[in-house]
Amino acid sequence: MARRENARVGQDEPGMREVSLTIPVAPDMEIVATAQAMALGEYIEMPRDKIDEVKLAIVEACINAFEHAQTRDDRVHLTFRVGREPDGPEFLEVEVFDQGKGFDQRSIELPSLEKTFGGGKKRGWGLQIIRSLMDSVAITSGDWGTRILMRKYK
Amino acid sequence: MSEACKITVERRDDVAIFWTDGYINNQGGEEIARQAYTQLEAGARALILNLEKTRIVNSIGISILIEVLEKVMDRKGTLAFCALTPTIDKTFRIMGLAQYAAIYPTLEEALKAAAPPGETAQRP
Repeated sequence: MARRENARVGQDEPGMREVSLTIPVAPDMEIVATAQAMALGEYIEMPRDKIDEVKLAIVEACINAFEHAQTRDDRVHLTFRVGREPDGPEFLEVEVFDQGKGFDQRSIELPSLEKTFGGGKKRGWGLQIIRSLMDSVAITSGDWGTRILMRKYK
Repeated sequence: MSEACKITVERRDDVAIFWTDGYINNQGGEEIARQAYTQLEAGARALILNLEKTRIVNSIGISILIEVLEKVMDRKGTLAFCALTPTIDKTFRIMGLAQYAAIYPTLEEALKAAAPPGETAQRP
């Protein structure tokens, strides 16, 4: 498994605004997190369809943490950042962090249509959806927990 | 706090139309499945899910919709979706749902496609 990664991408970029939120591992709490993304997306005037993509990526990241992480503090910690890359576009960045058992990314079986349709394995699409919806995704995991850092450009 | 998805079902001959309102997660998906199976037992041939008032369907909800689709296909019926947001449309395509279920921009188009040749499923 990956070593703990303390670097927090983008944290020092000029003009960055940051909001933190901690949610309990409980039904529907992922929707509370999406409300924050909605507010910050509107703050940078991100198109609604792109905000929806960020919201679904957050939902999937939170559900993964709720179902698989076995968090030590029974919580999921989110940090939302809006900013602009030097001479680049504005972005909304979301970090989803849990203090769970972590996972080995190499051991994750990729989902497929063949296994989903007519097969018994219909779940396991969360990470695939996150990677498809966001512009950049970095996942670090270890026995300290899991951190998913994802960014969407306006 | 409740984010329960509200589901309304309307039957027009052998077409069952489902209006969803809210977040489709495991509970929402299971409720759609329960009502879909009830409609199939009652003779519905075509199911149409109008997601006009739904902006998020998570992967668990979609996996349940795929189970519904498989059951509908086993019975030689059809399942169609309409009024999807671009994000839901994209997610359905990622998970393959769009390969086996038709997706229409509007309910009217879904109804037209569901109607037997020479007929319409429009409200009288």
